[in-house]
Amino acid sequence: MQVTSPAFKQNATRALADVTLQKAMKNVETGFIAKRAKAAEALPEFEALRDAARDLKTHVLKHLDLYLEAYEKKVIASGGHVHWAESAEDARRIVTDICKRLGARTVTKGKSMITEEIALNDHLEKEGLIPVETDLGEYIIQLRGEHPSHIIAPAVHLTKEQVAGDFRRVHTHLDAGRDLTEPVTLLSEARAVLREKFLLADVGITGANFLVAETGTSIIVTNEGNGDLTQTLPKAHVVVASIEKIVPTLEDVDTLLRVLARSATGQEMSVYTTFSTGPRRDGDPDGPGEYHVVLLDNGRSAMLGTEFEEMLRCIRCGACMNHCPVYQQIGGHAYGWVYPGPMGAVLTPTLVGVDKAGHLPNASTLCGRCESVCPMRIPLPKMMRAWRNREWERALNPAALRTGLGLWASVATRPALYRLAARAASLGMRLLGRGGRIARLPFFAAGWTANRDMPAPEGATFMDQWKAKGGRSA
Amino acid sequence: MNARDAILGKIRRARVVGDDAARRATVTDRLAAHRPGIVPARGEGDAAHRLALFLEMADKVSASTERLASADDVPAAVARYLRSKNLPQAIRRGIDPRLAGLPFDREPQLTVAVGPSDGHDLAGLSHAFAGVAETGTVVLVSGADNPTTLNFLPEHHLVVVRASEIAGNYEAVWARVRAEWGAGEMPRAINWITGPSRSGDIEQTILLGAHGPRSLHLLVVDDG
Repeated sequence: MQVTSPAFKQNATRALADVTLQKAMKNVETGFIAKRAKAAEALPEFEALRDAARDLKTHVLKHLDLYLEAYEKKVIASGGHVHWAESAEDARRIVTDICKRLGARTVTKGKSMITEEIALNDHLEKEGLIPVETDLGEYIIQLRGEHPSHIIAPAVHLTKEQVAGDFRRVHTHLDAGRDLTEPVTLLSEARAVLREKFLLADVGITGANFLVAETGTSIIVTNEGNGDLTQTLPKAHVVVASIEKIVPTLEDVDTLLRVLARSATGQEMSVYTTFSTGPRRDGDPDGPGEYHVVLLDNGRSAMLGTEFEEMLRCIRCGACMNHCPVYQQIGGHAYGWVYPGPMGAVLTPTLVGVDKAGHLPNASTLCGRCESVCPMRIPLPKMMRAWRNREWERALNPAALRTGLGLWASVATRPALYRLAARAASLGMRLLGRGGRIARLPFFAAGWTANRDMPAPEGATFMDQWKAKGGRSA
Repeated sequence: MNARDAILGKIRRARVVGDDAARRATVTDRLAAHRPGIVPARGEGDAAHRLALFLEMADKVSASTERLASADDVPAAVARYLRSKNLPQAIRRGIDPRLAGLPFDREPQLTVAVGPSDGHDLAGLSHAFAGVAETGTVVLVSGADNPTTLNFLPEHHLVVVRASEIAGNYEAVWARVRAEWGAGEMPRAINWITGPSRSGDIEQTILLGAHGPRSLHLLVVDDG
């Protein structure tokens, strides 16, 4: 997909003014946060499990090459095929080749962020195939020609009225007078339409939440059951997964599963957790005839050994964005690429370049809520700061910001000048204040008060008060 | 260089590895030992505790449950369930001997089809490999005994679970899987099912029956 991250500021401004989006985004605040808190509280071992999950993934990243080799061996032994892809382009070609060899036409898809990352649908369409998203949220946004705005709730930016409108526009074979006012009728309609696609599909493509080195198993976690129908019914099941999804053993998977759903939707466990190992066996009455895994690097190996390595622990639960005050206000599309919110602010610059995505790690107050809820204890604010540093080193920030910060630094390193300037600013701001609040700042500072006011200083500067109270100044 | 060697090479260069033999030993050991991590205490306890917790957790995820004194009561329970939902007296199952041997002839109205589903069945009957008390989960295993399609295509999924096979936690299930299939081996598919299908994709309103079954009915046989 096209990267619109460079236009983050315009995207965000538009999002803030979008009344429908603002209405839809309220659901994130009221839904996910309370549910996660309740689930975490209901499990006394939850915090200890987060530590264990962190340590587990840290161990995997130290031995990633060896676990990948072990995993590959087991997949082959169970009759499956492993394809290695260095880039998005390689992965797309591998998937298309499999589809073409099988003479496929309809391709069903389980929800998968990795296939969003490699823009697989566009590619399949260009190759004459018909990709059908089967997760309800993904199906809705596919109808709209949009991309997911959230990694686990792709259509969270939409209201039910918008969905009803899309269904009427696309499902023209259905009675035009039908009632679509309630989510339940929308769900039934999607179920009926997609059921036909499931039975028609030649190839089913899913992502993987985890890959198990011990057994050569891929795991998907869903609530709808669409991923299972996607992978069970067609001739071939193609798993597209990035290399860091590897987990050593089934017991290690248990640890991650115990934090995944709780952090994501606040469920104790998702409805369907499916462990797939190879194709249909002798005597099996169902299941795919072929089983393929595409192992994708796409920039991940380059994160190893850098200050961004810890990002590879991410299990894509979405808790960081659910709890992010910035994400809650602007939604996922404003971030301009596949991964939004705090995890996107760290990952996007890595994968598309900080020159394009530099705004993202800056769109944070560094309040730390993301890190406080991350089941893998990824230090997201620290990594956003690291991106800011890199941006600064590479002089990618706007000239005004660089000049301003340079000016501030030269004043801040001269104590007498700094105190004088602080006194002047404090006095000036008191003069601007009305009833204790400042509604509008002048000149270059006007942007700050465009969407908010601020309290006026109440008295002398801290340094002056300190002195007056007999404290010693350095 | 092929993509495989290129990716593995990049990983090795980035990770500046020390003693390769020691790393290999660490990995081999971890895979062979498959040590349990932190296991929630809630699943610990005797069979009665596990059964009670299983029923409680299943109820929390909107699965319905019914206790049966004997497996022979399953056909009557199936017929009763279908009547209660105003469904035709028809169900589909696999060739699992634990189901095939049940006295379905006691329910003359009930038609029992055998084999995988093609999507036209309203109700499917499976026998679980295990139950998990920790989260009210049932574990199903692929194969002719219990075809995977029965878990997902029918609108109503009825699953027989033996009380004696309700484990406290997932780790206990893995121990049984290894005993049955061998270390490092798995059946083609293992499905953990925790409640009926659902979606919250429209305005975060949770609705049951997204693509999989709208209802999951667990028939717990007291064989303990």
